[in-house]
Amino acid sequence: MLAWTIYLSFAGALACLLTPRANPRATRAVALGTALAGLVCGLVGAVQFKPENGLEVITHIRWIPALGIDFSLAADGISVTLVLLTGIAALAGVLFSWNVEHRTNEFFAFFFALIGGVYGVFLSLDLFLLFVFYEIAIVPKYFLIAIWGSTRRDYAAMKLALYSFIGSGMVLIGMLAAYAVSGLVSFDLQALAQHSFAPEFQRWAFPLVFVGFAILAGMWPFHTWAPTGHSAAPTAASMLLAGVVMKLGAYGCLRVAMTLFPEGLKMWQHELAALAVTGIVYGALVALVQKDFKFVIGYSSVSHMGFVLLGLVTLNEIGWSGAVLQMFSHGVIAGLLFAVVGRMVYDRTHTRELDALEGMGLARAMPFAAVTFVVAGFASMGMPGFSGFIAELQVLIGAWQAFPKLAVIAGVGIVIGVVYTLKTTAQVFFSDKPAPAEAQEHEHPMEPISVPERLGAGLLILCTLIIGLHPRLLLDLIVPSFKSPLFDGLRKVAGL
Amino acid sequence: MNTADYFQLFSALGPEVIVVCTALLVLTTDLLGLQDTPRSYRMSIAAGLTTLGCGGAVVWMFVNPTVGNWHGGMFVIDPLNETVKAVVLLLTVLTAILSVGAKFTRHCGEYFALLLLAAVGMMLLTSTEELLMIFASLELVSLSLYILVAFNKSSRQSAEAALKYFLFGGMSAAFLLFGFSLLYGLSGTTNLPQMAQKLFTVGADPLLTVALVMVVIGFGFKVAAAPFHLWAPDSYQGAPLPSAAFIASGSKVASFYVFAKVLLLGFSQLGWGSEESSTGGWIPLLSIVAALSMVLGNLAAIRQTSVRRLLAYSAIAHAGYMLIGFLALGDEAFASLLFYVTTYALTTIGAFGVLGVVEAQVGGDQLKDFTGLAHRAPVLAWCLMIFLLSLAGIPPLAGFFGKFYIFAAALTNDAHNLPFLWLVILGIAMSCVSLYYYLQVLKQVFVREADGNARPLAVPFLSHAVVVLLAAVVVLLGAMPGWLLDTIHTAIGELGW
Repeated sequence: MLAWTIYLSFAGALACLLTPRANPRATRAVALGTALAGLVCGLVGAVQFKPENGLEVITHIRWIPALGIDFSLAADGISVTLVLLTGIAALAGVLFSWNVEHRTNEFFAFFFALIGGVYGVFLSLDLFLLFVFYEIAIVPKYFLIAIWGSTRRDYAAMKLALYSFIGSGMVLIGMLAAYAVSGLVSFDLQALAQHSFAPEFQRWAFPLVFVGFAILAGMWPFHTWAPTGHSAAPTAASMLLAGVVMKLGAYGCLRVAMTLFPEGLKMWQHELAALAVTGIVYGALVALVQKDFKFVIGYSSVSHMGFVLLGLVTLNEIGWSGAVLQMFSHGVIAGLLFAVVGRMVYDRTHTRELDALEGMGLARAMPFAAVTFVVAGFASMGMPGFSGFIAELQVLIGAWQAFPKLAVIAGVGIVIGVVYTLKTTAQVFFSDKPAPAEAQEHEHPMEPISVPERLGAGLLILCTLIIGLHPRLLLDLIVPSFKSPLFDGLRKVAGL
Repeated sequence: MNTADYFQLFSALGPEVIVVCTALLVLTTDLLGLQDTPRSYRMSIAAGLTTLGCGGAVVWMFVNPTVGNWHGGMFVIDPLNETVKAVVLLLTVLTAILSVGAKFTRHCGEYFALLLLAAVGMMLLTSTEELLMIFASLELVSLSLYILVAFNKSSRQSAEAALKYFLFGGMSAAFLLFGFSLLYGLSGTTNLPQMAQKLFTVGADPLLTVALVMVVIGFGFKVAAAPFHLWAPDSYQGAPLPSAAFIASGSKVASFYVFAKVLLLGFSQLGWGSEESSTGGWIPLLSIVAALSMVLGNLAAIRQTSVRRLLAYSAIAHAGYMLIGFLALGDEAFASLLFYVTTYALTTIGAFGVLGVVEAQVGGDQLKDFTGLAHRAPVLAWCLMIFLLSLAGIPPLAGFFGKFYIFAAALTNDAHNLPFLWLVILGIAMSCVSLYYYLQVLKQVFVREADGNARPLAVPFLSHAVVVLLAAVVVLLGAMPGWLLDTIHTAIGELGW
């Protein structure tokens, strides 16, 4: 059932492309159908999934026997969690792109090609296949930003494409070297994970592959594509970029770099943790001084993704499960924040300057947007009751066990997060500053928040609340995954 | 086979004979019967005959699968070179179809006859293990191609391109001949397998290094590897479009195959050279050529505004990737190289097909001429995207698997020391660079919008069909590389080198 998410998305991309250019309504209908179908497949798959089985193989077909490449898809609790996130983000993305009128068919074609690649990465068990899906996701991102983007879109799109390609190039080197050195003639992740590579090899292969993936996860200092990319992208693309594409990177770190080269992780654990914490604090500090609304959210994403990376390198189970939960949580929350900024506010006010927005009295003009942003902000700063709280708490506990000093600094990062979120909320929505005179003259009533926007926002808020109040829904899926043979090497190194 | 059984040889040469006869037939039909008919009609007849002839040759090979060796390696047929010949014939047909709409010449018969003669040269080139025969057929290919490049008599650029190609080509042929003569002097034979054995017993000799360098220069020119690439950008730009496409595809396939054969069979003992007599082997030499080609080709391509020159520089870069394939040694080298060069040739012909339509309809090959192609000819635009992304190495397209396989093959050679890791790293880094300039073209096509009065392009049916077919093949070979790969592997397996 889960595999259908991939096939349906690619079929949907093709169907969207073939709908007539002059009829955006038809395209939207197809897009909504595809996104819904993907989410339903994901949900049914999640319900049928038995977490205690560990890794469940879905499809296994010989593909290129000469090189030992199989078309094999499999899911464990981590995959299922992220497939669900992708389904939610895709549906929300379609709802928040309801107003795309320019080349609608191509927009949704690229959109679903990206989604299909993302589903594929989360479900691949073969390293080659995973890499194929990972790279499939690069090209649509470029065109989504370059065609439908805003500020400096050429620059941002090319930067994103090249950063992604360089990252995947690093992964490719590590993966080919692992293939050659192991001598297994197989790209099966399980087989490779059970092969113990020489420590000297892991010493250079691990950071290569880990950083290659982490570039896409926004690891400091390779994060610079993220704020420019997020802010240039059209709303749905920023939601996907922050919501799921950054998770591709983090997932790759966990599923490939860490399982293949566990000893390498042990060797580089402290350096990587330091980078992750730097990202947390740096992202938060930079977000504090941004003047562009979207850049605030963009840097906050860098900060929150730092928690994912920190959780991954803690080498203990609570850190890992916190990291995966944070992937889900940040995916939903960042999607919501970008939806408010890009769709609700920017599409109506046509500015993202915080100073300009200050005088517009947005809380009165669009109360729905204000309420949504406040909720999303609370979730983002880690208020109990929302998913961000439980995820970041777990990461911090894990980090405390592994590197107490860094955990304290990461805690400081959370506090700064509270500051910039509150500051931005107050400035944009609840400022008393009167509007400049000339702005008032041109003032015309803003178009009301549309039904698709309300539905999309409702969906995302609901998800973060449900997981925040009942995290076991996901934790029961995630935690047993670490018991599967794929993680044997990792558990051994961690002493679990 | 001492007693020359000429009838058997003649039947073994069947495909070549068919193609030669077709060339003569095309020439006579056009000169004797069709001089008063309109050009498009003559072009179609000639292209049709070419297609039939090449098709006939392929059918002959399928119906009469022969294996044999005549006159001590002078003419050899084995499953592998039959595959290569089939690919060359296919590329000839595609070039012929792309030529139908061309308006650069009134000498239709001569044009197609030369195309077919070049194809015969390539076929002979692939089916010999004899240095003299290699040289003779290489000259047949080169001479035909020189004329094909110069075929647009009214264009100064075409004449310049041909002159440049000819001068460089003549020079490299001299190098090659010199190298061959040294090899003959050292080993006393012109037969490749025998030569390999003799050279092994002769041992290391500085002259051998000289011969090796000469051979690499000679072939390096044919495959447009840096630093012997200088002719490529000008020839690609000045030549009539189908000629350029043929140089970039058919000639590449045949030259790479024979290059690999000479180095991997003839110099099999001399890979790393020998320490004590300071004789250089071909592996270090080729590593340097490959690295230079990748770096120079990719960096120079960034600055191009003409899409033809861009494709030329990217061809140089791709020659570099293909040379990495040699380093895998043995069967894997042939398999990865042939897969790469075949898919590369098909992709390039497709890109030239799109380029041809744009040149004919918009009037140029500059980047700005591609502006808004996504609106003006959506199908062509999406096909172009497939071709360029395949060249950049984005999955699931054929170019990605080709690169992947070449890199994997080079790394699995001596997996304990990974001697070629630096080349693979360089290759992957350079493909990142290449994505940049391919995206520059695609940006014009998809992102920039054409101005208001730009009309949809009228795409000729044949070009459309060829381009769409090739795009489908590129996608299929990327998603199912097994189809081609298994054929190549089986053919190599039967050889037992």
